[in-house]
Amino acid sequence: MTGTMNLTLLVWRQAGTSDKGRLVSYEARDISPDMSFLEMLDVVNEGLTQKGEEPIAFDHDCREGICGMCGAVVNGRAHGAEKGTTLCQLHMRHFSDGDVIYIEPWRSRAFPVVKDLVVDRSALDRIFMAGGYISVNTGQAPEANTIPVPPEKAETAMDAAACIGCGACVAACPNASAMLFVCAKVSQLAILPQGRPEAARRVLAMIRKMDEEKFGNCGNERECEAECPKEISISHIARANREYIKAVLGSREK
Amino acid sequence: MSWVKDAFTTSVGKKLLMAVTGLGFLGFLAGHLAGNLTIYWGADAFVAYAEHLHSLEPLVKAAEAGLIVFLVVHAGTGLWLFAQNRAARGGRYARNKWAGGRTVFSATMPYTGVLILVFVAIHLATFKFAPEGENVWEVAAYVFSQPLCFWFYTLSMPVVALHVGHGLWSAVQTLGGNHPKYMPAVRVVSLAAAAVVILGFGLLPTAVSFLAEPIP
Ligand code: FES
Repeated sequence: MTGTMNLTLLVWRQAGTSDKGRLVSYEARDISPDMSFLEMLDVVNEGLTQKGEEPIAFDHDCREGICGMCGAVVNGRAHGAEKGTTLCQLHMRHFSDGDVIYIEPWRSRAFPVVKDLVVDRSALDRIFMAGGYISVNTGQAPEANTIPVPPEKAETAMDAAACIGCGACVAACPNASAMLFVCAKVSQLAILPQGRPEAARRVLAMIRKMDEEKFGNCGNERECEAECPKEISISHIARANREYIKAVLGSREK
Repeated sequence: MSWVKDAFTTSVGKKLLMAVTGLGFLGFLAGHLAGNLTIYWGADAFVAYAEHLHSLEPLVKAAEAGLIVFLVVHAGTGLWLFAQNRAARGGRYARNKWAGGRTVFSATMPYTGVLILVFVAIHLATFKFAPEGENVWEVAAYVFSQPLCFWFYTLSMPVVALHVGHGLWSAVQTLGGNHPKYMPAVRVVSLAAAAVVILGFGLLPTAVSFLAEPIP
């Protein structure tokens, strides 16, 4: 075959949460540049299965960059070095024949490794459950234009809502902070009128839950913004900080 | 008042403490630099400035008390954040690359912070608690005639500049001030403040050495 490449992979293998784990070297042969990173791993896994070895465990679902399931640190970069890309949308054409590729799981105390590259991100779900919602009375669907929302606000809220909860921000943050995730969620609701009634309670509850889950503290290092596959801006972190100040000084919430 | 404690012991609360006290120090640095620039007008101007400052004793004492509180809060919270952040990583990456957000300014914050603490201790020991009877110009001229002191003071300023270069814009971001219209300017101002620290404070030992009478 022409145009294919051979790569050396150094993959983190860890049998379970309590296992110590280590990097194991594998050869990936005849990889087409048109493959995605996950398809390349599929090829390697097929070889491992044929040899009777345990395949490399990794998370994935949609494989089109919208579900947030996939993710690994590739050569020191969350989701690899391409900007605004999830691991499933990273293509092998960005690598060259003979490359050595380090593949490691998200590292954070709040994300215990389940197996190999699979980490438990349920901490993010618990933060979401602490306040990432609005309360509405059920009944007939209300007329959509009853509450006017200016288009810029709708756009900004939508930018924040683009977060797929993959956890790359945590993996990339030197402090393993989840602030970009949490603040995108706080922001998307705080911007819209429907989110205002619970805004103060929400920001306090979500920040406290984030701390409780033992994420680190934001140091404004901006690595999250650089690695986020949805390119979510840290201006949402500033907005959530404002929401926090407002909640502390200007609301009755404790 | 437990809501106050609750509000300022969360991650965001601690960052707010860092931001407010940090901006307080920047204000202090601006005042300190403005006063020290009288050095360029020579010994008489500098001594006159120092004496004028002493004549404002009660105000100076109040400011000192405030600075001590700020220092305890800033350094204490900073160390607490540093310890928490180290623990939060949970395992090291075999390969770790900066994605373009982190800078040498931001990456060195805890370390430059500790070095600044050491600098402040030595600076207070050499100047504030200098032997009685000599005027501040004589003390400065003597201190900077010692090569070790001269270089310690001169080289400490780039360390302060590293801290200021990230600290200023970071404080603005933490306090919620991020707007596409002015955030780029805040980042530039932050780096400019770092340059002012190097040029303004960093050249003072050289200036004093040049302007001082040779010590017999
Ligand atoms: S598998 Fe769904 S985002 Fe990558």
